[in-house]
Amino acid sequence: MSTETLEHVAAEQKAASQGTLKMSARDINVFYGQKQAINKVSIDVTQENVTAFIGPSGCGKSTFLRTLNRMNDTVAGARVEGSITLDGEDIYASSMDVVQLRARVGMVFQKPNPFPKSIYENVAYGPRIHGLASSRVEMDQIVEKSLKRAGLWDEVKDRLSDSGTALSGGQQQRLCIARAIAVDPEVILMDEPCSALDPIATAKIEELIHELRGRFAIVIVTHNMQQAARVSQRTAFFHLGNLVEYGDTSEIFTNPREVRTKDYITGRYG
Amino acid sequence: MMSGTDLPPSARTSMTQANSPDRTPTDWTSPVMRKRIARRYAQERRFRLMGLGAVALSAGFLLFLLVSMVSGGLSGFIRTEIKLPIDFPHSPLLIDPAILKSANAERALANANLPAVTSAAAKAAFGAQGGDAILSDSAWVAVKDALIEDPGLLQRQAVIAVPAASDIDLAAKREGSAAAEQIVAQLKGKRALATRLNFGFLTASDGTDPTQVGIWGALKGSLLTMAVTLLLSFPVGVLSAIYLEEYAPRNRWTDLIEVSINNLAAVPSIIFGLLGLAVFLNMWDLPRSAALVGGLTLALMTMPVIVIAGRNAVKAVPPSIRDAALGVGASPVQVVFHHVLPLAMPGILTGTIIGMARALGETAPLLMIGMRAFISAAPSGFTAPATVLPVQVFLWSDEVSKGFVEKTSAAIIVLLVFLLAMNGLAIYLRNKFEIRW
Repeated sequence: MSTETLEHVAAEQKAASQGTLKMSARDINVFYGQKQAINKVSIDVTQENVTAFIGPSGCGKSTFLRTLNRMNDTVAGARVEGSITLDGEDIYASSMDVVQLRARVGMVFQKPNPFPKSIYENVAYGPRIHGLASSRVEMDQIVEKSLKRAGLWDEVKDRLSDSGTALSGGQQQRLCIARAIAVDPEVILMDEPCSALDPIATAKIEELIHELRGRFAIVIVTHNMQQAARVSQRTAFFHLGNLVEYGDTSEIFTNPREVRTKDYITGRYG
Repeated sequence: MMSGTDLPPSARTSMTQANSPDRTPTDWTSPVMRKRIARRYAQERRFRLMGLGAVALSAGFLLFLLVSMVSGGLSGFIRTEIKLPIDFPHSPLLIDPAILKSANAERALANANLPAVTSAAAKAAFGAQGGDAILSDSAWVAVKDALIEDPGLLQRQAVIAVPAASDIDLAAKREGSAAAEQIVAQLKGKRALATRLNFGFLTASDGTDPTQVGIWGALKGSLLTMAVTLLLSFPVGVLSAIYLEEYAPRNRWTDLIEVSINNLAAVPSIIFGLLGLAVFLNMWDLPRSAALVGGLTLALMTMPVIVIAGRNAVKAVPPSIRDAALGVGASPVQVVFHHVLPLAMPGILTGTIIGMARALGETAPLLMIGMRAFISAAPSGFTAPATVLPVQVFLWSDEVSKGFVEKTSAAIIVLLVFLLAMNGLAIYLRNKFEIRW
């Protein structure tokens, strides 16, 4: 990559990073029993950008991701301190309905986990429990639109009644993405969505993330630094439960401020 | 070996390099190695043979049980009949032929002195000395049924097949006394014997005459009791399993409850019978020896089995499915009823089969709550006096009369068929619910 293009990209990403604020985390501490997993982390997530969390295993990036839609509530002994807002609303406030929050902040998991039901039912499940479709026709439209957005429609349109678990790993993960976007969330959290996939399936998911960017605020956790560089505009580097550095992806990868970040992205450890 | 951590990295590497040439290369074809391999194969063969032996042994026991039950019990479904000639116009029958065509025929015949007519006919046909003793006490019922079927019989001499007495029946099946065998031989000479399927065994209830008893009362009692047990223990057991597994906080109390439930599953069944006696009969004043009380008692016994199996089944549902459902905004109840329960259902049903099969075969606790009474009519409802199949088997096996031996075996066959039908249904349901991944 020439210096000129690099500067060009950097300028573009800088402009993008001035996006509208979607989620904002302030001084987040997470404890599992006595053990502190996250230490005073503050991050802003913007509507237009893909935000990537990188860092070595056990650094707390997945834990932090799960605080953004309160999935940590289901873990016994987990405790979250600090404040996280979604459009200015505190998501840990008692007035916040956690079920609705998870519809607004959708999630895609590390291992593809389609329900052992038909492809159609997988996508229709979310809209159905939230009452988003008033008729069968409307539900068909939602399912079709979601599968098209997830880039899976052409592959499965003739076998919507087949089991979702019969698809290949990459297709299953795209089905899970279709399931997440079927309820029309505002933010999509992706927890290492490609770690169980082969390179071709990974490329498809990355392409999909590009297409979904802008429509949804996307936060992605990844082990793979090249992936973070490819798909994200903003990158946060976590280490041992601390947020070491957070900035534009181009900055982090070309000109990190912290030594630890530099060591990690150049492969000294991780 | 020395701990390598104190050494500089360079020293460590040189040591490993120095070590490697010291190891003699392994000779994979040496006699020691060959012997080891032979031993390994022998071990494998030995284990497979032992497994095969264990399976063969249990299959042998099962076969022995089935063969001895079927050979002893099948004759219980067959009854011996005697062809009794009756000359109706010349018999002392007190009945107006016209009434036989009316709706009152049944009652009129019951009062028409038929037993005496039958007895007289038997004496005329088979000898004045004990000629009527070869007929069952209820032989006249067969005569009555024949007359209702065809009132025209009254005008002529007819031959009616009536059930034989128990000792004649046994002798005809080559299990009776020498004296009875002699009578059977004579009857055979007169071509007066016939055998037919004993449908009465499936439609009648307990009685004193082994030729007349049936299993229907006990079968219906078992059905009612099992219905109460299932309706009570299945929902309660499944809900407790789900609550304990999905909702209850992990603390000392839940540990205590878990241990208690595990212990409850191992409590001898007679204790549950005592509990039923003390609580359901003495405290709640529920009717004695009723299917309702039996079902309640057996439900107490079955519940822990369902809870334990249910908890294991719920635990085996992959957490990723719960995450997936929570991730699209399902509430905890929706997660359980839309995803966890359907996936756990096959396991829960397996536990239920085991629990219900045990309850079906249970005798001891039912004796405690009075279900061992002699009940000669099928129970009319959940609160009517009833008995169940295993108790009926127990009661008949205790009878003095030899005719009950084959009836006991026949009752066991009915019990086993009931059990197989129940298990078959459960396996069908399980396969229906089973989701292929």
